[in-house]
Amino acid sequence: MKFRKSEILFFALRNTKLRIGVFIVALFAFLAIFGPYFAKYEPQDFAGPGYNPPSGEYWLGTTTFGRDVFSQFVYGLRSTFLVGFVGGSIATFIGLFVGFLSGYKGGLADELLMMFTNIVLVIPTMALLIILAAYLKYRGVFLESVFIGFTAWPWTARAVRSQTLSLKTREFVNLARITGMKPLKIIVVEILPNMLSYVFMVFILQFGGAILTAATLDFIGLGPTQGISLGLMMQQAVLWNAIQLGMWWWAVPPGIAITAIVGAMYFMNTGLDEVFNPKLREM
Amino acid sequence: MGKYLKRKIIIYLLTFFFAVTIDWVIPRFMPGDPIRTLLSRAAMRTEAMDLLYNYYNKVFSLDLPLWKQYVNFWVSLFKGDLGTSVYLFPSPVFEVIKRAVPYDILLLVPAILLSWIAGNKFGAFAARKKRLDNTILPIWYVITATPYMWLGILLAWVFGVVLGIFPISGAYSFSMSPSLSWEFIWDYLKHWILPFGSLFIVQLGGWAIGMRNMIIYELESEYSRYMEAMGAPAKLIRKYAFRNAVLPQITGLALQLGVIVAGALATEVVFSYPGIGYLLLQGILNGDYFLIQGCFLFIILGVLIANFFIDIIYVIVDPRVRRGMSGETA
Repeated sequence: MKFRKSEILFFALRNTKLRIGVFIVALFAFLAIFGPYFAKYEPQDFAGPGYNPPSGEYWLGTTTFGRDVFSQFVYGLRSTFLVGFVGGSIATFIGLFVGFLSGYKGGLADELLMMFTNIVLVIPTMALLIILAAYLKYRGVFLESVFIGFTAWPWTARAVRSQTLSLKTREFVNLARITGMKPLKIIVVEILPNMLSYVFMVFILQFGGAILTAATLDFIGLGPTQGISLGLMMQQAVLWNAIQLGMWWWAVPPGIAITAIVGAMYFMNTGLDEVFNPKLREM
Repeated sequence: MGKYLKRKIIIYLLTFFFAVTIDWVIPRFMPGDPIRTLLSRAAMRTEAMDLLYNYYNKVFSLDLPLWKQYVNFWVSLFKGDLGTSVYLFPSPVFEVIKRAVPYDILLLVPAILLSWIAGNKFGAFAARKKRLDNTILPIWYVITATPYMWLGILLAWVFGVVLGIFPISGAYSFSMSPSLSWEFIWDYLKHWILPFGSLFIVQLGGWAIGMRNMIIYELESEYSRYMEAMGAPAKLIRKYAFRNAVLPQITGLALQLGVIVAGALATEVVFSYPGIGYLLLQGILNGDYFLIQGCFLFIILGVLIANFFIDIIYVIVDPRVRRGMSGETA
């Protein structure tokens, strides 16, 4: 076992895709954590004259109303990571729970759960979120993440279910069942550890997915009513004609951050796939 | 085949039922009493007041027992009555949305189909060549991680503002009115190309990655190895691999629809494109809840219909399902 762990670590450290991905995510995480301490203004403060391109004083320029784009950017990054983490965790957890239960129990429970999963799967997540968010007067970033988590789980549930189905018939699971282990314990002790690498990859994908969903939701006007996020920045930029006025410093940086973070997550995912799956390694 | 489709149809009907129920439940049981908010908002516009009040009385009729309210909601839904828009008063929501739908269809259908086809071709092509694969794969990943609206913003900025080639707002020039003249079609296409481009490009990355992974998987499989051992030409093997790899891509298309539609909504906002996404934004900004609810139902209906088409195509393409041989789960 010890050998296996160090072997995985060895391949993980050697994998370029994984290294690049981790580096980019870490870079933005660093900005999100420490950036606000460097920012000279609060995100909604009137920092100075409007329409200012990036300069020494305003690192990413100012908005039409003279707000400092850099401050908005680093605070927005915080929201982005919060949404990714909370939304991704909830979605992964529900997906695992439903998938394990449905795959392991089988029978009627499986039928019903999969029916429900398929229904939620067909309904566009965004539509569901729109109708939920539209009727809430005050929305915070945290609540938004919870909503996203509660709507993003179906594909995970289906994938976990099919993995569980194949693991369920293995001998070590049968053995555990014969010794009278409780189903929940079998799932946690016998099945879950065998899927841990997969679960980790699912979490990364859900993390990235939650960030993209939140950005879209913010952009169509259903983002947090208080605070700032990268999606909100883009929405305001578009609403106030930043594109037509050539204010690229307002509209472009938030998107760069989202693309870089989510892209890096996908990269990490592919890298991890190669680390965990020896067949793919030499490619 | 019949069994497969029947199962799917049941799921879709249940989904529709579920969606309508959500549409009914949320305004009624959400904390903060949205209906009262609606009424107080309506009171600000006297001419809207009467009509809205009547509508509320009819649809919400809060003195009736809950189940009756629910039945009434369905009845008015089947009559095509989705309420009156506050934002575009006094147009009925149904009419407002009906006017927007063609723009959505003309934008989404070509973008989805073309990117799916092109993505599959590129993905299968790149998967065979290791050098090409290694250089192009990172690009696919970056593309597929791009938020639709941001690519829209970039395209609008580069092609609309910096280069000034394409218009970046609306579906046609203000000076024009929709007609079937060449002039109008040309004008429409010029407005159409950038939103189409942002939808097309982002999706392309996802399909290409999916196809690449599937092709590699299929080329490693037993039947490919067997054919290779038998000395079959590489072209033939690849043809079979492609055929098998396309099936999960069709399923993937059904699964991705919701995401693509969300992307289209955001893209329309960027370009002020008069589809459902733009309506939705206006509905949200103006607190027009009937419009929001109507958009919600239309989006779901559209996705369900599209799903159904994809299922039929799947049945046609996959002989196992067609002959009822595999219990391909719904």
